Amino acid sequence: MTQIAVIDYGMGNLHSVSKALEAVSQKESIVITSDQEVIKTSDKLVFPGVGAIKDCMEAFSNDLKETVLEEVKKKPTLAICVGMQMLLESSEENGGVEGLGLLNGKVCKIQSNKDIKVPHMGWNQVNYLKEHFLLKNIIDCSYFYFVHSYCCPSSKDALTETIHGEKFVSSFAKDNIFAVQFHPEKSQSAGLQLYKNFLDWSV
Amino acid sequence: MSVAKRIIPCLDVDKGRVVKGVNFLNIRDAGDPVEIAKRYDTEGADEITMLDITASHETRDTTYKTVESIASQVFIPLTVGGGVRKIEDIKKLLRSGADKVSINTSAVENPSFVKEAADKFGSQCIVVAVDAKAKTDKENSWEVVTYGGRKRTSIDVLEWTEQVTEYGAGEILLTSMDRDGTKEGFDNNLVSKVSSGISIPVIASGGVGNLDHLIDGVKIGGAEAVLAASIFHFSEFSIKEAKEAMKASGITVRF
Repeated sequence: MTQIAVIDYGMGNLHSVSKALEAVSQKESIVITSDQEVIKTSDKLVFPGVGAIKDCMEAFSNDLKETVLEEVKKKPTLAICVGMQMLLESSEENGGVEGLGLLNGKVCKIQSNKDIKVPHMGWNQVNYLKEHFLLKNIIDCSYFYFVHSYCCPSSKDALTETIHGEKFVSSFAKDNIFAVQFHPEKSQSAGLQLYKNFLDWSV
Repeated sequence: MSVAKRIIPCLDVDKGRVVKGVNFLNIRDAGDPVEIAKRYDTEGADEITMLDITASHETRDTTYKTVESIASQVFIPLTVGGGVRKIEDIKKLLRSGADKVSINTSAVENPSFVKEAADKFGSQCIVVAVDAKAKTDKENSWEVVTYGGRKRTSIDVLEWTEQVTEYGAGEILLTSMDRDGTKEGFDNNLVSKVSSGISIPVIASGGVGNLDHLIDGVKIGGAEAVLAASIFHFSEFSIKEAKEAMKASGITVRF
């Protein structure tokens, strides 16, 4: 049976992610885990993250980090929100934090003004720059649920973009890594379809 | 293209049942929260807010169970409020499946609670609910009221919303206690004053009686989201009809 590990390093809304995966899974088993052995024996990884990036990075202990970095290189991986931001090169949040550098790009603060509220909270359109298996059966410009105050303005690994005042990268794809700024687990049918695609994805 | 304006149906829950009263009187039973939440999700609600209006100690476990069962069946954001006093309360609600937690009275009594909560869980999940009542002695001026409108605090609403924004609130749920339950529409003057003074999103609440009121909340009040309860519970209007009306008036909504 295919096993999906939702990586638990103490940050992130793991239950909503695993509930959404369970809702679309047919034969896969979904486990929330911080156990390095379980991560190593899993077939796919989900890397969530919520809150401040510095806290997320710090909560991610050295041992676990090493294992995850090793496994992420070879297994289909879905990173979500701050989990996605952690895979980039760096973030200017919390006075500057170094990222894991698996994806190209840097994270910056979203500029607010009278019309542009920060956090960027709510449903916004995701526009395709390229095709990808994980976008299968989801129409271009579908709405997904976002909640974030920092974003990556541009990346060589960009797959989709979204506009909130300025354009930013709303999802990334590189080899076996798929990473999203939005929350598929809160994005109703479009989000559930994306999770289904992730379960069906083979790299 | 921009972020869509949100329609948020609100479930006032008392001992595990959805209820809705007019000015907190004449409470009518409107059904099972899980079933209602599922219906709203199907109709295209952008989020769901659930307020535990009893929020007494004995019924707390019922609340967590309700949250858990909504969250396992509805895949849109769920905000839960009512009786949130401690960091532990927030942790339990988030663990039960809430995405955001709304803090009201305890924020007023201890503003640093907002800061502590935002630092610990992130601004994205901390909603500060502000119940506002017009001051009788001064025009265009509102004071914060607590305990479901029973207690005046003399805190100025505009100053208060600026302060909690600074403390890390991610969103303001702004209810006009003068309008709540009246079906006369939002206090758009209040909504627009608060919304233009802060950088975080404002959810307008209190007084919706028809679909034009939702449109006015966005167009006149400048709200990022509009919240309503009774017009949806008793099927006067569906969420879909509300969205169609908003779209027809030129507001960006999600379909």
